[in-house]
Amino acid sequence: MSAPAIELRGLTRHFRVKTGLFGEVRHVVAVDGVSFAVPAGGVLGVVGESGCGKSTLARVILGLLPPTSGDVLVDGQRLSTLDRRARARLIQPVFQDPFSSLNPRRRIRDIVALPLVAQGGIAEAEIRRRVDEGLERVGLDPTMGERLPAQLSGGQRQRVAIARALELRPRIVICDEPTSALDVSVQAQILNLLAELRRDLGLTYLFISHNLAVVEHVATEVAVMYLGRIVERRPTEALFAAPEHPYTKALLASVLTPEPGLGIPDVGLGDLMPDPANIPPGCRFHPRCPAALDRCRTEPPQPRTGRGIEVECHLATV
Amino acid sequence: MSAARGTALLQVRNLRISFGSLAAVRGADLTIYRGETHCVVGESGCGKSVTALAVMGLLARNAVREADRLVFDGQDLLRLSESQLSRLRGDRMAMIFQEPMTSLNPAYTVGSQMAEVYRRHRGGSRAEALDRAEDLLAKCRVTSPRLRLGQYPHQLSGGLRQRVMIAMALMCDPELLVADEPTTALDVTVQAQILRLLMDLQRDLGLALMLITHDLGVVARMAHRVSVMYAGEVVESAPAEHLFGNPTHPYTRGLLACVPVPGKVRRDQPLGAIPGVVPRIGPRFEGCAFRDRCGQARPDCARTVAWQANGEHGYRCVLPPDWTGPASLAA
Repeated sequence: MSAPAIELRGLTRHFRVKTGLFGEVRHVVAVDGVSFAVPAGGVLGVVGESGCGKSTLARVILGLLPPTSGDVLVDGQRLSTLDRRARARLIQPVFQDPFSSLNPRRRIRDIVALPLVAQGGIAEAEIRRRVDEGLERVGLDPTMGERLPAQLSGGQRQRVAIARALELRPRIVICDEPTSALDVSVQAQILNLLAELRRDLGLTYLFISHNLAVVEHVATEVAVMYLGRIVERRPTEALFAAPEHPYTKALLASVLTPEPGLGIPDVGLGDLMPDPANIPPGCRFHPRCPAALDRCRTEPPQPRTGRGIEVECHLATV
Repeated sequence: MSAARGTALLQVRNLRISFGSLAAVRGADLTIYRGETHCVVGESGCGKSVTALAVMGLLARNAVREADRLVFDGQDLLRLSESQLSRLRGDRMAMIFQEPMTSLNPAYTVGSQMAEVYRRHRGGSRAEALDRAEDLLAKCRVTSPRLRLGQYPHQLSGGLRQRVMIAMALMCDPELLVADEPTTALDVTVQAQILRLLMDLQRDLGLALMLITHDLGVVARMAHRVSVMYAGEVVESAPAEHLFGNPTHPYTRGLLACVPVPGKVRRDQPLGAIPGVVPRIGPRFEGCAFRDRCGQARPDCARTVAWQANGEHGYRCVLPPDWTGPASLAA
């Protein structure tokens, strides 16, 4: 049994932010005691709404932000013991916005070559060959390498970002909303490409998205995040078939499939958006929960596991 | 559903909009009926937002707008002066946007902005206008509406701002509400609530709602009638059940195949995709703009393609309605 590709142990990340005129310091708890393991070759989809901490989670796993406490293990190794180059060889990101994640003044070829150049000691001809190969792998003609990002469409730019992420042959790719800025026909192209690359290269993905239909299509397992915690985690099909947590249920009800006549569901959550600087006592979801009991207001639910489900809710049946 | 349909409120015929050498809209036709939600759907750059702005007379100054007909309730919008148009706008036709701060002024309270719209068009006292504003905020399910009147936009959450913007658009009881991607920037649970509100308001107030969106899920759930735009043209238009039940233009079929649907699309199968990119088109372009990406293209697609209509379902393509085969070229 090999080590999981990604393992988190009680990962927590706080931010100190100054607010208001007098710079009153508040603590924002972005990620709060998250533990999970993603097996090699799996795709863990992380879903949740703005402010739930999913992007902070990605940045901590990538080593772009140190955790406040807890551990990240990548391929069995503590992330904190690896230097930048070793980390880059194991784990790479693909971000949402292919317009801001590519340097507008550099040629595509140089953008894709950057991880190779940063490793040092690779001959120029070898870099050239690997960049051509990388562009072809993502469905771009190597002649595109001479262009600038502004000369490419959004979908082509996202292909460039994927080519760059794969240059060092990492085992793990963290995809943070990789298709959210794209049109639906282009989104489909990129999702198909990511699926194909995973199969061919044996990649493991952490796939962060607010779009549940997309996550359902790509993920083998789904983690639902709410105010810094994973409130439910299970294999994709089971989660979509019978969600346990009221928040998961509301998220699933909000998915608008292209089926006419079904109308717009009443998700019953109210307008009160969660604030990570002001986490409610008890269950952090209780102010929006349509099923909250008295004990939900005071007593935080403990994680429960059973039947392949991991859920944090007083009402859960496991 | 179609029995309740009223008369045509807005008629657009052969609308053409260009920005320099770019033809943003190339002969679009649209008819929006009273009391109906008409969704205009398409991907970025298809001309859907520009069409909405043209209807409202809000195009940027460098845009050139031409049309054979642009008629709102019997009035020819092409002949109205700017001041006549601004009397209509905000009164009988109103518009809401993706970003509520496009419509809200950060320097004024919610109450004074809402009252101003009403008094400019209808006159009356400030107190009357504020009462109406409070009623509408309540109708838009804004909690503590009286309190909100005294707040500034930055004190409200995104979902609340969206509700305030909708309430403000309704101050003068418009007949036509144009909504450009009103829920695109919102979280999914909030999106569902705002759409539900729009759907209820449309029905209760008998609004004609022109809803611009890129999201086929939103279209399916909201629309009575749908127009699909591609590269500046309306390529298909039909009642919603027809469009989703019997999509005919290859682009419509291709687009529907791209959408992942939980429980419907096999997870180990690739999604349908439309290879290539939307072309950038100049004013002299002829023929079907989708032909380079179409799985069914033939030589006559390079000539002007006629609109085929079968009852209320029409499309711009040379194919018969019952064609079969791949909608787009293989990836």
